[in-house]
Amino acid sequence: MAMEKAAAENAGGAAPLKLFGSWASSYTHRVQLAMRLKGLEFEYAEEDLGNKSDALLRHNPVYKKVPVLVLPDGRSLAESAIILHYLDDAFPATRQLLPADPFDRAVARFWCHFGDDKLGPAVGAVFASTGEEQEAAVRQVHENLALLEAELRDGAFKGRRFFGGDEVGFLDVVLGCGSYWLAVFEEVTGVQLVDAEAFPLFHAWLRDFEAQEQVRETIPSIDRLLDYARGLRQMLLAMAAGAGAPIAAGAGAPTAAPPSAAPPAPTTADIAVDI
Amino acid sequence: MAGEKNDDGLVLLGFWVSPFAQRCRIALAEKGLPYRYVEEDLFGGKSDLLLRSNPVHKKIPVLLHDGKPVNESLLILQYLDDAFPETPSLLPADPHARAHARFWADYIDKKVTDCGSRLWKLKGEPHRQARAEMIEILKTLEAELGEKEFFGGEHGFGFVDAAFAPSTAWFQLTYERYGEFSVAEVAPKLAAWAARCGERESVAQSIYSPEKVYDFIGELRKKLGIE
Repeated sequence: MAMEKAAAENAGGAAPLKLFGSWASSYTHRVQLAMRLKGLEFEYAEEDLGNKSDALLRHNPVYKKVPVLVLPDGRSLAESAIILHYLDDAFPATRQLLPADPFDRAVARFWCHFGDDKLGPAVGAVFASTGEEQEAAVRQVHENLALLEAELRDGAFKGRRFFGGDEVGFLDVVLGCGSYWLAVFEEVTGVQLVDAEAFPLFHAWLRDFEAQEQVRETIPSIDRLLDYARGLRQMLLAMAAGAGAPIAAGAGAPTAAPPSAAPPAPTTADIAVDI
Repeated sequence: MAGEKNDDGLVLLGFWVSPFAQRCRIALAEKGLPYRYVEEDLFGGKSDLLLRSNPVHKKIPVLLHDGKPVNESLLILQYLDDAFPETPSLLPADPHARAHARFWADYIDKKVTDCGSRLWKLKGEPHRQARAEMIEILKTLEAELGEKEFFGGEHGFGFVDAAFAPSTAWFQLTYERYGEFSVAEVAPKLAAWAARCGERESVAQSIYSPEKVYDFIGELRKKLGIE
Protein backbone atom coordinates (compact mmCIF):
# COMPACT_ATOMS: atom_id res chain seq x y z
CA MET A 1 0.00 0.00 0.00
CA ALA A 2 2.82 2.35 0.86
CA MET A 3 4.32 1.63 -2.55
CA GLU A 4 1.24 2.66 -4.51
CA LYS A 5 0.77 5.75 -2.39
CA ALA A 6 4.40 6.76 -2.76
CA ALA A 7 4.29 6.16 -6.49
CA ALA A 8 1.08 8.18 -6.79
CA GLU A 9 2.51 11.00 -4.71
CA ASN A 10 5.50 11.45 -6.90
CA ALA A 11 3.87 10.59 -10.22
CA GLY A 12 0.71 12.74 -10.11
CA GLY A 13 1.20 14.64 -13.39
CA ALA A 14 4.63 16.04 -12.53
CA ALA A 15 7.98 14.55 -13.50
CA PRO A 16 9.05 11.75 -11.20
CA LEU A 17 12.07 11.86 -8.91
CA LYS A 18 15.21 11.84 -11.04
CA LEU A 19 18.53 10.54 -9.82
CA PHE A 20 21.82 11.46 -11.46
CA GLY A 21 24.39 8.86 -10.59
CA SER A 22 27.29 6.73 -11.62
CA TRP A 23 27.09 2.95 -11.82
CA ALA A 24 30.25 2.41 -9.73
CA SER A 25 29.51 5.06 -7.13
CA SER A 26 28.64 3.64 -3.73
CA TYR A 27 27.08 6.99 -2.83
CA THR A 28 24.73 6.62 -5.80
CA HIS A 29 23.87 3.11 -4.67
CA ARG A 30 22.87 4.42 -1.27
CA VAL A 31 20.15 6.54 -2.83
CA GLN A 32 19.01 3.84 -5.27
CA LEU A 33 18.77 1.32 -2.45
CA ALA A 34 16.94 3.76 -0.19
CA MET A 35 14.35 4.44 -2.85
CA ARG A 36 13.90 0.73 -3.55
CA LEU A 37 13.47 0.02 0.17
CA LYS A 38 10.83 2.74 0.28
CA GLY A 39 9.12 1.61 -2.90
CA LEU A 40 9.67 4.95 -4.57
CA GLU A 41 9.66 5.21 -8.35
CA PHE A 42 12.46 7.20 -9.92
CA GLU A 43 14.17 7.96 -13.20
CA TYR A 44 17.87 7.31 -13.40
CA ALA A 45 20.44 9.18 -15.46
CA GLU A 46 23.92 7.68 -15.73
CA GLU A 47 26.64 10.32 -15.61
CA ASP A 48 29.95 9.98 -17.39
CA LEU A 49 32.15 11.36 -14.63
CA GLY A 50 34.90 12.09 -17.11
CA ASN A 51 32.50 14.27 -19.05
CA LYS A 52 29.88 15.64 -16.70
CA SER A 53 26.58 16.78 -18.13
CA ASP A 54 25.43 20.40 -18.02
CA ALA A 55 22.42 19.20 -16.06
CA LEU A 56 24.60 17.74 -13.32
CA LEU A 57 26.73 20.87 -13.09
CA ARG A 58 23.58 22.98 -12.93
CA HIS A 59 21.99 20.84 -10.23
CA ASN A 60 25.11 20.51 -8.08
CA PRO A 61 27.24 23.58 -8.73
CA VAL A 62 28.89 23.42 -5.31
CA TYR A 63 30.44 19.95 -5.56
CA LYS A 64 29.70 18.87 -9.15
CA LYS A 65 29.30 15.29 -7.95
CA VAL A 66 26.86 12.42 -8.02
CA PRO A 67 24.43 11.49 -6.64
CA VAL A 68 22.02 14.34 -7.18
CA LEU A 69 18.28 13.95 -6.70
CA VAL A 70 16.05 16.25 -8.71
CA LEU A 71 12.52 16.70 -7.42
CA PRO A 72 9.38 16.97 -9.56
CA ASP A 73 9.39 20.77 -9.13
CA GLY A 74 12.97 20.99 -10.42
CA ARG A 75 14.72 21.65 -7.12
CA SER A 76 17.72 19.48 -6.46
CA LEU A 77 19.47 17.84 -3.55
CA ALA A 78 23.05 16.66 -3.20
CA GLU A 79 25.00 14.59 -0.64
CA SER A 80 23.77 11.02 -0.22
CA ALA A 81 23.20 11.02 3.56
CA ILE A 82 21.27 14.27 3.26
CA ILE A 83 19.18 12.81 0.43
CA LEU A 84 18.35 9.81 2.62
CA HIS A 85 17.17 12.12 5.40
CA TYR A 86 15.08 13.99 2.84
CA LEU A 87 13.42 10.80 1.60
CA ASP A 88 12.31 9.98 5.16
CA ASP A 89 11.00 13.53 5.71
CA ALA A 90 9.28 13.90 2.33
CA PHE A 91 7.70 10.45 2.25
CA PRO A 92 6.57 9.79 5.81
CA ALA A 93 4.21 7.02 4.70
CA THR A 94 7.15 4.99 3.37
CA ARG A 95 9.43 2.74 5.37
CA GLN A 96 11.52 5.09 7.50
CA LEU A 97 15.27 4.55 7.27
CA LEU A 98 16.31 6.52 10.31
CA PRO A 99 15.34 5.17 13.73
CA ALA A 100 12.54 6.96 15.56
CA ASP A 101 14.32 7.53 18.85
CA PRO A 102 16.36 10.77 19.01
CA PHE A 103 19.37 9.15 20.65
CA ASP A 104 19.37 6.24 18.18
CA ARG A 105 19.25 8.76 15.35
CA ALA A 106 22.31 10.54 16.73
CA VAL A 107 24.14 7.22 17.04
CA ALA A 108 23.27 6.19 13.48
CA ARG A 109 24.43 9.56 12.14
CA PHE A 110 27.64 9.36 14.18
CA TRP A 111 28.61 6.01 12.66
CA CYS A 112 27.63 7.25 9.20
CA HIS A 113 30.18 10.04 9.61
CA PHE A 114 32.67 7.49 10.90
CA GLY A 115 32.16 5.41 7.78
CA ASP A 116 32.54 8.41 5.48
CA ASP A 117 35.37 10.19 7.31
CA LYS A 118 37.45 7.34 8.77
CA LEU A 119 36.73 3.85 7.48
CA GLY A 120 36.12 4.80 3.87
CA PRO A 121 39.28 6.86 3.39
CA ALA A 122 41.32 4.19 5.17
CA VAL A 123 40.05 1.56 2.75
CA GLY A 124 40.74 3.93 -0.12
CA ALA A 125 44.29 4.38 1.17
CA VAL A 126 44.84 0.60 1.16
CA PHE A 127 43.63 0.49 -2.40
CA ALA A 128 45.84 3.36 -3.55
CA SER A 129 49.11 2.23 -2.00
CA THR A 130 51.63 -0.56 -1.78
CA GLY A 131 54.32 -1.82 0.58
CA GLU A 132 54.78 -0.28 4.00
CA GLU A 133 52.36 2.49 3.33
CA GLN A 134 49.69 -0.04 2.48
CA GLU A 135 50.47 -2.02 5.63
CA ALA A 136 49.92 1.09 7.72
CA ALA A 137 46.64 1.72 5.90
CA VAL A 138 45.52 -1.87 6.52
CA ARG A 139 46.21 -1.48 10.24
CA GLN A 140 44.06 1.66 10.18
CA VAL A 141 41.21 -0.24 8.50
CA HIS A 142 41.42 -2.98 11.09
CA GLU A 143 41.36 -0.46 13.93
CA ASN A 144 38.25 1.12 12.43
CA LEU A 145 36.54 -2.24 11.84
CA ALA A 146 37.34 -3.20 15.41
CA LEU A 147 35.43 -0.17 16.65
CA LEU A 148 32.37 -1.18 14.63
CA GLU A 149 32.72 -4.79 15.72
CA ALA A 150 32.78 -3.67 19.36
CA GLU A 151 29.55 -1.70 18.89
CA LEU A 152 27.92 -4.76 17.34
CA ARG A 153 29.17 -6.99 20.12
CA ASP A 154 28.73 -4.90 23.26
CA GLY A 155 27.60 -1.44 22.30
CA ALA A 156 24.84 0.45 20.56
CA PHE A 157 24.01 -2.38 18.11
CA LYS A 158 24.33 -5.32 20.47
CA GLY A 159 22.21 -8.31 19.55
CA ARG A 160 21.03 -6.83 16.26
CA ARG A 161 21.04 -8.52 12.92
CA PHE A 162 21.34 -5.17 11.17
CA PHE A 163 22.43 -1.78 12.46
CA GLY A 164 18.80 -0.76 12.02
CA GLY A 165 17.54 -3.71 14.08
CA ASP A 166 15.61 -6.57 12.49
CA GLU A 167 15.51 -4.71 9.20
CA VAL A 168 17.96 -2.74 7.13
CA GLY A 169 18.00 0.97 8.03
CA PHE A 170 19.94 4.17 7.38
CA LEU A 171 23.27 3.00 8.77
CA ASP A 172 23.05 -0.34 6.97
CA VAL A 173 22.48 1.51 3.70
CA VAL A 174 25.36 3.94 4.18
CA LEU A 175 27.90 1.42 5.50
CA GLY A 176 26.69 -1.41 3.32
CA CYS A 177 26.87 0.53 0.07
CA GLY A 178 30.59 0.79 0.27
CA SER A 179 31.40 -2.31 2.24
CA TYR A 180 30.68 -4.41 -0.81
CA TRP A 181 33.91 -2.94 -2.18
CA LEU A 182 35.89 -4.66 0.57
CA ALA A 183 35.78 -8.09 -1.08
CA VAL A 184 36.58 -6.48 -4.44
CA PHE A 185 39.61 -4.66 -3.05
CA GLU A 186 40.77 -7.77 -1.26
CA GLU A 187 40.72 -9.63 -4.56
CA VAL A 188 42.50 -6.88 -6.49
CA THR A 189 45.18 -5.97 -3.94
CA GLY A 190 45.64 -9.43 -2.41
CA VAL A 191 45.26 -7.89 1.03
CA GLN A 192 42.79 -9.24 3.58
CA LEU A 193 40.59 -6.57 5.04
CA VAL A 194 37.65 -8.37 6.67
CA ASP A 195 38.83 -11.45 8.50
CA ALA A 196 35.71 -13.42 9.48
CA GLU A 197 37.47 -14.57 12.63
CA ALA A 198 38.64 -11.14 13.73
CA PHE A 199 35.37 -9.41 12.78
CA PRO A 200 32.69 -12.12 12.97
CA LEU A 201 29.72 -9.81 13.56
CA PHE A 202 30.72 -7.31 10.87
CA HIS A 203 31.31 -10.19 8.48
CA ALA A 204 27.89 -11.73 9.27
CA TRP A 205 26.18 -8.36 8.94
CA LEU A 206 27.74 -7.72 5.54
CA ARG A 207 26.74 -11.16 4.31
CA ASP A 208 23.14 -10.65 5.46
CA PHE A 209 23.05 -7.15 3.96
CA GLU A 210 24.30 -8.31 0.59
CA ALA A 211 21.69 -11.10 0.58
CA GLN A 212 18.80 -8.62 0.78
CA GLU A 213 16.74 -8.53 -2.40
CA GLN A 214 16.87 -4.76 -2.89
CA VAL A 215 20.63 -4.76 -2.26
CA ARG A 216 21.18 -7.41 -4.92
CA GLU A 217 19.11 -5.30 -7.32
CA THR A 218 21.31 -2.30 -6.59
CA ILE A 219 24.91 -3.47 -6.34
CA PRO A 220 26.60 -4.15 -9.68
CA SER A 221 27.88 -7.64 -10.47
CA ILE A 222 31.14 -8.67 -8.87
CA ASP A 223 32.75 -9.10 -12.31
CA ARG A 224 32.00 -5.52 -13.31
CA LEU A 225 33.29 -4.27 -9.98
CA LEU A 226 36.47 -6.34 -10.25
CA ASP A 227 37.17 -5.11 -13.77
CA TYR A 228 36.62 -1.55 -12.70
CA ALA A 229 38.75 -1.87 -9.56
CA ARG A 230 41.62 -3.47 -11.46
CA GLY A 231 41.69 -0.61 -13.94
CA LEU A 232 41.47 1.97 -11.19
CA ARG A 233 44.25 0.41 -9.15
CA GLN A 234 46.54 0.39 -12.16
CA MET A 235 45.81 4.04 -12.77
CA LEU A 236 46.33 5.01 -9.12
CA LEU A 237 49.64 3.21 -8.88
CA ALA A 238 50.82 4.68 -12.18
CA MET A 239 49.94 8.16 -10.92
CA ALA A 240 51.84 7.53 -7.71
CA ALA A 241 54.86 6.32 -9.64
CA GLY A 242 54.62 9.26 -12.04
CA ALA A 243 54.38 11.74 -9.19
CA GLY A 244 57.52 10.22 -7.75
CA ALA A 245 55.97 9.96 -4.31
CA PRO A 246 53.47 7.62 -2.71
CA ILE A 247 49.91 8.84 -2.61
CA ALA A 248 49.29 10.14 0.90
CA ALA A 249 47.47 7.57 2.96
CA GLY A 250 44.57 8.78 5.02
CA ALA A 251 44.01 11.70 2.72
CA GLY A 252 41.10 9.84 1.24
CA ALA A 253 41.07 8.87 -2.37
CA PRO A 254 43.48 10.89 -4.51
CA THR A 255 41.97 13.71 -6.47
CA ALA A 256 44.85 14.46 -8.85
CA ALA A 257 43.91 14.23 -12.51
CA PRO A 258 45.62 11.52 -14.55
CA PRO A 259 48.44 12.51 -16.96
CA SER A 260 47.18 14.77 -19.73
CA ALA A 261 48.13 12.22 -22.40
CA ALA A 262 45.47 9.86 -21.09
CA PRO A 263 41.79 10.41 -21.89
CA PRO A 264 39.96 12.22 -19.08
CA ALA A 265 39.08 9.76 -16.37
CA PRO A 266 36.95 10.29 -13.29
CA THR A 267 38.90 10.97 -10.12
CA THR A 268 38.43 8.51 -7.32
CA ALA A 269 36.85 11.24 -5.23
CA ASP A 270 34.05 11.41 -7.79
CA ILE A 271 33.64 7.70 -7.95
CA ALA A 272 33.57 7.29 -4.20
CA VAL A 273 35.53 4.09 -4.34
CA ASP A 274 35.99 4.62 -0.62
CA ILE A 275 33.23 3.34 1.60
CA MET B 1 23.09 30.72 31.83
CA ALA B 2 23.89 27.22 33.01
CA GLY B 3 21.34 25.75 35.41
CA GLU B 4 22.49 24.11 38.58
CA LYS B 5 19.76 21.77 39.75
CA ASN B 6 17.08 21.92 37.09
CA ASP B 7 19.19 21.35 34.03
CA ASP B 8 16.97 18.79 32.27
CA GLY B 9 19.85 16.35 32.75
CA LEU B 10 21.88 18.18 30.14
CA VAL B 11 25.65 18.55 30.38
CA LEU B 12 27.85 20.05 27.68
CA LEU B 13 31.55 19.22 27.57
CA GLY B 14 33.30 22.00 25.67
CA PHE B 15 36.36 24.13 25.13
CA TRP B 16 35.92 27.85 25.52
CA VAL B 17 37.08 29.01 22.11
CA SER B 18 35.86 26.04 20.08
CA PRO B 19 33.30 27.17 17.51
CA PHE B 20 31.87 23.63 17.59
CA ALA B 21 31.15 23.82 21.30
CA GLN B 22 29.77 27.32 20.83
CA ARG B 23 27.26 26.10 18.27
CA CYS B 24 25.81 23.85 20.95
CA ARG B 25 25.66 26.71 23.46
CA ILE B 26 23.85 28.86 20.92
CA ALA B 27 21.39 26.05 20.19
CA LEU B 28 20.71 25.41 23.87
CA ALA B 29 20.17 29.13 24.43
CA GLU B 30 17.87 29.45 21.41
CA LYS B 31 15.82 26.60 22.84
CA GLY B 32 15.83 27.98 26.36
CA LEU B 33 17.26 24.72 27.67
CA PRO B 34 19.23 24.91 30.91
CA TYR B 35 22.39 22.84 31.12
CA ARG B 36 25.61 22.39 33.01
CA TYR B 37 28.73 23.46 31.15
CA VAL B 38 32.02 21.67 31.73
CA GLU B 39 35.21 23.25 30.39
CA GLU B 40 37.68 20.63 29.17
CA ASP B 41 41.39 21.27 29.44
CA LEU B 42 42.40 20.12 25.97
CA PHE B 43 46.06 20.98 26.46
CA GLY B 44 46.44 19.89 30.07
CA GLY B 45 44.51 16.65 29.94
CA LYS B 46 41.10 15.51 28.81
CA SER B 47 38.74 14.36 31.55
CA ASP B 48 37.82 10.72 32.07
CA LEU B 49 34.23 11.71 31.38
CA LEU B 50 35.18 13.05 27.95
CA LEU B 51 37.29 10.01 27.07
CA ARG B 52 34.49 7.68 28.19
CA SER B 53 31.81 9.68 26.38
CA ASN B 54 33.61 9.98 23.05
CA PRO B 55 36.08 7.10 22.98
CA VAL B 56 36.25 7.04 19.18
CA HIS B 57 37.37 10.63 18.60
CA LYS B 58 38.07 11.91 22.13
CA LYS B 59 36.82 15.33 21.07
CA ILE B 60 34.53 18.03 22.34
CA PRO B 61 31.76 18.98 22.14
CA VAL B 62 29.89 16.18 23.83
CA LEU B 63 26.32 16.56 25.01
CA LEU B 64 25.28 14.27 27.82
CA HIS B 65 21.54 13.82 28.29
CA ASP B 66 20.78 11.88 31.46
CA GLY B 67 24.28 10.51 31.13
CA LYS B 68 23.98 9.34 27.50
CA PRO B 69 26.51 10.98 25.17
CA VAL B 70 25.81 12.62 21.84
CA ASN B 71 28.93 13.53 19.87
CA GLU B 72 29.65 15.99 17.04
CA SER B 73 28.24 19.48 17.07
CA LEU B 74 25.80 19.22 14.16
CA LEU B 75 24.53 15.90 15.51
CA ILE B 76 24.01 17.57 18.88
CA LEU B 77 22.00 20.32 17.22
CA GLN B 78 19.81 17.79 15.42
CA TYR B 79 19.47 15.77 18.61
CA LEU B 80 18.22 18.83 20.49
CA ASP B 81 15.57 19.36 17.81
CA ASP B 82 14.53 15.69 17.95
CA ALA B 83 14.60 15.29 21.74
CA PHE B 84 12.98 18.60 22.62
CA PRO B 85 10.25 19.06 20.02
CA GLU B 86 8.42 21.49 22.30
CA THR B 87 11.29 24.00 21.97
CA PRO B 88 11.86 26.31 18.98
CA SER B 89 13.34 24.14 16.24
CA LEU B 90 16.57 24.92 14.46
CA LEU B 91 15.65 23.03 11.32
CA PRO B 92 12.61 24.20 9.38
CA ALA B 93 9.56 21.98 8.88
CA ASP B 94 9.56 21.64 5.10
CA PRO B 95 11.48 18.55 3.91
CA HIS B 96 13.35 20.31 1.13
CA ALA B 97 14.20 23.27 3.35
CA ARG B 98 15.51 20.82 5.95
CA ALA B 99 17.72 19.13 3.39
CA HIS B 100 18.89 22.53 2.17
CA ALA B 101 19.86 23.55 5.71
CA ARG B 102 21.67 20.25 6.31
CA PHE B 103 23.56 20.72 3.06
CA TRP B 104 24.83 24.19 3.94
CA ALA B 105 25.74 23.31 7.52
CA ASP B 106 27.65 20.34 6.12
CA TYR B 107 29.36 22.61 3.57
CA ILE B 108 30.47 24.91 6.37
CA ASP B 109 31.78 21.92 8.31
CA LYS B 110 33.66 20.55 5.33
CA LYS B 111 35.25 23.82 4.26
CA VAL B 112 35.59 26.61 6.79
CA THR B 113 37.72 25.35 9.67
CA ASP B 114 40.10 23.34 7.52
CA CYS B 115 40.74 26.24 5.18
CA GLY B 116 40.94 28.69 8.07
CA SER B 117 43.55 26.58 9.82
CA ARG B 118 45.68 26.58 6.72
CA LEU B 119 45.52 30.37 6.69
CA TRP B 120 47.18 30.72 10.08
CA LYS B 121 49.44 27.69 9.82
CA LEU B 122 50.97 27.85 6.36
CA LYS B 123 53.10 30.16 4.26
CA GLY B 124 54.07 30.61 0.64
CA GLU B 125 52.12 28.84 -2.08
CA PRO B 126 49.96 26.73 0.26
CA HIS B 127 48.95 29.91 2.06
CA ARG B 128 48.14 31.64 -1.20
CA GLN B 129 45.99 28.66 -2.15
CA ALA B 130 44.20 28.67 1.20
CA ARG B 131 43.46 32.37 0.80
CA ALA B 132 41.99 31.83 -2.67
CA GLU B 133 39.87 28.97 -1.34
CA MET B 134 38.61 30.99 1.60
CA ILE B 135 37.54 33.84 -0.65
CA GLU B 136 35.71 31.31 -2.81
CA ILE B 137 34.01 29.86 0.28
CA LEU B 138 32.91 33.34 1.38
CA LYS B 139 31.52 34.15 -2.06
CA THR B 140 29.64 30.85 -2.15
CA LEU B 141 28.09 31.51 1.25
CA GLU B 142 27.34 35.09 0.26
CA ALA B 143 25.39 33.81 -2.74
CA GLU B 144 23.51 31.32 -0.58
CA LEU B 145 22.59 33.99 1.99
CA GLY B 146 21.46 36.43 -0.68
CA GLU B 147 18.95 38.94 0.59
CA LYS B 148 17.86 36.83 3.56
CA GLU B 149 18.18 38.20 7.06
CA PHE B 150 19.39 34.80 8.25
CA PHE B 151 20.32 31.61 6.42
CA GLY B 152 17.12 30.15 7.84
CA GLY B 153 15.08 32.45 5.60
CA GLU B 154 11.38 32.36 6.47
CA HIS B 155 12.19 30.18 9.43
CA GLY B 156 14.38 32.90 10.91
CA PHE B 157 17.65 32.23 12.78
CA GLY B 158 18.11 28.50 12.34
CA PHE B 159 20.36 25.51 11.88
CA VAL B 160 22.86 27.04 9.47
CA ASP B 161 22.98 30.31 11.38
CA ALA B 162 23.74 28.50 14.65
CA ALA B 163 26.34 26.41 12.84
CA PHE B 164 28.13 29.36 11.28
CA ALA B 165 27.69 32.14 13.87
CA PRO B 166 30.70 31.10 16.00
CA SER B 167 32.94 31.47 12.96
CA THR B 168 32.20 35.19 12.86
CA ALA B 169 34.66 35.70 15.73
CA TRP B 170 37.26 33.78 13.73
CA PHE B 171 36.83 35.65 10.49
CA GLN B 172 36.99 39.02 12.16
CA LEU B 173 40.68 39.53 12.98
CA THR B 174 42.11 35.99 12.81
CA TYR B 175 41.18 34.78 9.31
CA GLU B 176 41.10 38.32 7.91
CA ARG B 177 44.59 39.16 9.23
CA TYR B 178 46.28 35.89 8.44
CA GLY B 179 44.39 35.67 5.16
CA GLU B 180 44.87 39.31 4.22
CA PHE B 181 41.33 39.91 3.08
CA SER B 182 38.29 41.74 4.34
CA VAL B 183 34.95 39.97 4.69
CA ALA B 184 33.16 43.30 4.25
CA GLU B 185 34.81 43.67 0.83
CA VAL B 186 34.59 40.06 -0.35
CA ALA B 187 31.16 39.26 1.08
CA PRO B 188 29.32 42.36 2.35
CA LYS B 189 26.01 40.58 2.94
CA LEU B 190 27.77 37.99 5.04
CA ALA B 191 29.47 40.75 7.03
CA ALA B 192 26.06 42.30 7.72
CA TRP B 193 24.70 38.89 8.72
CA ALA B 194 27.61 38.48 11.13
CA ALA B 195 26.76 41.79 12.76
CA ARG B 196 23.11 40.74 13.10
CA CYS B 197 24.18 37.45 14.69
CA GLY B 198 26.38 39.31 17.14
CA GLU B 199 23.35 41.27 18.33
CA ARG B 200 21.42 38.09 19.05
CA GLU B 201 21.52 37.15 22.71
CA SER B 202 22.15 33.44 22.20
CA VAL B 203 25.22 34.25 20.10
CA ALA B 204 26.52 37.14 22.20
CA GLN B 205 26.50 35.03 25.33
CA SER B 206 28.09 32.02 23.67
CA ILE B 207 31.04 33.32 21.67
CA TYR B 208 34.21 35.12 22.68
CA SER B 209 35.54 38.33 21.15
CA PRO B 210 37.60 38.25 17.95
CA GLU B 211 40.48 39.64 20.03
CA LYS B 212 40.40 36.67 22.36
CA VAL B 213 40.31 34.27 19.41
CA TYR B 214 43.23 36.08 17.77
CA ASP B 215 45.28 35.92 20.96
CA PHE B 216 44.46 32.23 21.35
CA ILE B 217 45.69 31.47 17.84
CA GLY B 218 48.81 33.57 18.49
CA GLU B 219 49.57 31.43 21.53
CA LEU B 220 48.79 28.23 19.64
CA ARG B 221 51.16 29.19 16.84
CA LYS B 222 53.92 29.69 19.38
CA LYS B 223 53.20 26.30 20.90
CA LEU B 224 53.32 24.73 17.44
CA GLY B 225 56.57 26.53 16.65
CA ILE B 226 55.09 28.56 13.80
CA GLU B 227 56.64 31.97 13.25
